Amino acid sequence: MNAVFNKTSNGIETTADVIASSERKIWPLVGGVHPEENKHQSTGRPIGFPPIPAQLVLPLSQHAGAPAEPLVSVGDSVLKGQMIARANGFVSAPIHAPTSGTVIAIENRRIPHVSGFSDLCVVLESDGDDRWCELTTVADYHALSPEDLVNKVRNAGISGLGGAGFPTAIKLAPSSPINTLILNGTECEPYITADDMLMRERAAAVIEGAEILLYMIGATECLIGIEDNKPEAITAMQQAAAGKNIHIVVFPTVYPSGGEKQLIQILTGQEVPSGKLPADLGIVVQNVGTAVAVKEAVLDGKPLISRITTLTGDALSAPQNVEALIGTPAADLLRHAELNDAQLSTLVFGGPMMGFGVDSLDIPVIKTTNCLIAGTHEEFPSAPDAQACIRCGHCAEACPSSLLPQQLYWHAKAENHEQLMHHNLFDCIECGACAFVCPSSIPLVQYYRASKGAIRTQEAKHAKAERSKVRYESRLARLEQDKAEKEAKRKANAERAAKLKATKATDQPADSKGEEDPIQAAIARAKARKAATAQRANNATSTLTTAKAELTSLQKELKIQLSMAKAQVKKTERALAAAESSGTGDTDQLTSNLAMLNEQVGKLQKEFDQSSLPNAQPEKPEKAVKPALSDDEKKRKVELAMAKAALKKAERALAAALEHDNETTESLQQAVAECQSKVNALAAIPEAQPEAQPEPKNDTGHPVAKKPKPVLSDAAKKLKIEVAMANAAVKKLQRAMANAGDDEQAELQQKLADAEQKAADAKQKLDAL
Amino acid sequence: MEIVFYAIGALLTLALIFGAILGFASIRFKVEGNPIVDQINEILPQTQCGQCGYPGCRPYAEAIANGDAINKCPPGGQATVNTLADLLDVEAEPLDAEDGAEPITKVAFIREDECIGCTKCIQACPVDAILGAAKQMHTVIVDECTGCDLCVEPCPVDCIDMLPVAVTTRTWSWELPNPNSSLIATDRRGQTA
Repeated sequence: MNAVFNKTSNGIETTADVIASSERKIWPLVGGVHPEENKHQSTGRPIGFPPIPAQLVLPLSQHAGAPAEPLVSVGDSVLKGQMIARANGFVSAPIHAPTSGTVIAIENRRIPHVSGFSDLCVVLESDGDDRWCELTTVADYHALSPEDLVNKVRNAGISGLGGAGFPTAIKLAPSSPINTLILNGTECEPYITADDMLMRERAAAVIEGAEILLYMIGATECLIGIEDNKPEAITAMQQAAAGKNIHIVVFPTVYPSGGEKQLIQILTGQEVPSGKLPADLGIVVQNVGTAVAVKEAVLDGKPLISRITTLTGDALSAPQNVEALIGTPAADLLRHAELNDAQLSTLVFGGPMMGFGVDSLDIPVIKTTNCLIAGTHEEFPSAPDAQACIRCGHCAEACPSSLLPQQLYWHAKAENHEQLMHHNLFDCIECGACAFVCPSSIPLVQYYRASKGAIRTQEAKHAKAERSKVRYESRLARLEQDKAEKEAKRKANAERAAKLKATKATDQPADSKGEEDPIQAAIARAKARKAATAQRANNATSTLTTAKAELTSLQKELKIQLSMAKAQVKKTERALAAAESSGTGDTDQLTSNLAMLNEQVGKLQKEFDQSSLPNAQPEKPEKAVKPALSDDEKKRKVELAMAKAALKKAERALAAALEHDNETTESLQQAVAECQSKVNALAAIPEAQPEAQPEPKNDTGHPVAKKPKPVLSDAAKKLKIEVAMANAAVKKLQRAMANAGDDEQAELQQKLADAEQKAADAKQKLDAL
Repeated sequence: MEIVFYAIGALLTLALIFGAILGFASIRFKVEGNPIVDQINEILPQTQCGQCGYPGCRPYAEAIANGDAINKCPPGGQATVNTLADLLDVEAEPLDAEDGAEPITKVAFIREDECIGCTKCIQACPVDAILGAAKQMHTVIVDECTGCDLCVEPCPVDCIDMLPVAVTTRTWSWELPNPNSSLIATDRRGQTA
């Protein structure tokens, strides 16, 4: 199979000679078909230069990858070669103005796409001047680094001119080292002669471009693959490449040897593994047209604004190749090639095997448009109806990728994506060789394209579902965390509040509560204390009206506490019941808690009853304080009261005795003093107990009861007695004066004045104390 | 006779050893949960829309694992039903949707000048695809929207529309050829005659 062709020097007139002129071994393509070539029609004329069209439509998406981003706005005037849209991302390419003029619109226009959809385009109205912007030329590219050159290529907006339109700069900066550069001059598809004419007329530029590419990627070897049906191009290229490290490799014509992977296999015998790139084998493949574009970009500084496009088809009177400005509407080019409107039935962008028909002549030529076929009805009859697959197997023989088209067809029909993947559907290059040989005219490629689309959509959906799942789960996790944080905060707040209350009431004796629930217990304790303080404060108030007013609020508070405590009891009872029925939990503790709570409830109930019963009686505070007093206190109080009574009696007796000038005054005075000291002593005991009489928080400011007599000092008492005695003496003298006669009057008057003076002095002294 | 006892003894010993190994393995390599639920959940479209009657895709996956019908997921379409049928080795039922038609991919769109910034849609969105803050305009992250409809109902001013996703040159794909054209020549003659 793999015949080795030896070099002969007999010229290149015949095909055999052409092949023989190649010095390298080739590995002929497996499979492939031989459709009618139809190339001769468009090679009869040199490359033409159609006039500058009035309007250019420049789609922002002319390449594989992200659409370019417009840099101009409507109304801007631009110069030829000026960048009007910049690359948007890594896999993208800028777009330049093909001629000078004005931007008249940035809008959706029909673009050359198999879907027939519209896409965003910059519409440029040419001014006819064709004025270039400033270009930076490079005399010696060796002076620049390969990276700088790659940047130049990137900024020149060069994308593959063979048909796929992959941005060239990315291919020129591969991650793995490259040792072989292959230039693709195969042009295997019928009708198309753009590369053929380019190589015939501009072989030197191709070779120059190849040398620049070699320098850029650092490859050691350059192969230019050309099919043997282009003898003129081969001769021209061989002459241009003479004496250079560039090999022109000629191989038999068969469709589709121009596919990237197929060409690599033909020229090197290496097969690019499924899912890998040629760069993984150290190979870069570029179209010959791309090489010329690179040369122009690097040496002349010219961006990619035009390309060689074949105008052919039976509806054209002057089929030819033209250097078309990117964005020229098909109608302008076809007019240049003398279109016969009446005969035009199908306009095809691209070749007859892989191209697509369009239904409008306004669609522009873009960077990937290598051919326009204006076909007549005879040339492109409507596709015959597909018939049943007869399992002849011709498609498998024709497949250049060694796939099983028939199996793919069945699985595609059944939408069995798993089996399609198993049969390597994605290695199909959609060349159409299988459909071409199919005796049943089954549109096999359409099945594969549809299946590929469905699988890609499915994968995109799955990827999105994966992302949605992640987002959903992280949302759930976030909500959960929020909730936990809130709960923790709430708990911390409650604890802090409880602690605060506990510290406020530290003077109260700690309740002997169990360890039921520290927070609940703390709350209950704090409440009990609050109630007790409030009650005592209430008791201490001497004003009746305020006492009454506070009584009602106290009652309310007590009632609330009571109901809360009751609820607590019920809750604990339930918990206890549950614990008992399930047999788990600390039943002992719960029981003790319950008992404690019951006790508390009882206490509260009693307090409430007491506060509510004597509601009508104003003397209630006195009553309420009594049960809180201890026996000792009672005894003391009784003693105090008795002592006070004795004191009063003694004083009265003393006063009477003084009045009657009795002899017993001395002894009576002594008794009074004794009683007084006893009362003082008794009154001092309850005062020494701070708990019995805490400083009441009485906002009315009324003085606390029982102050006057017992606190008097001895001096004051003596003075008081003196005052009383003086007063008595005054009274006695007054009475004596009323009874006495005139002679005695003066003497008595004198005595009375003395006594009054004495009484006033004593009173003054007492007041001063 | 003795040899029979040896044989039985040897077999018993082997049975005990292997029994012990199996018992150990069943504890050591025990699988937590039902792994089929994860596999079903992988297939479901994760819109979390609740149209199946369960509060999310995982609960429905669990329900399917417990024997619920596999055709209750309208966003997944017939493709999901078929995949589930393959996985569970059951008959693929027709999709249980309102009109039985394949779902059209939709995304939520907020008419922004009508939005009052109430954040209700943000709370309803299961995949956090709505951006905004209180009293600020909200907007939908189209790439993350699953088209579940859950934000439409809570909106107090009805400013959320579900718009079908437009097909562009980037998302377009070929249709399968019309199956009617695969009649054989004689059939076609019979039809026209």
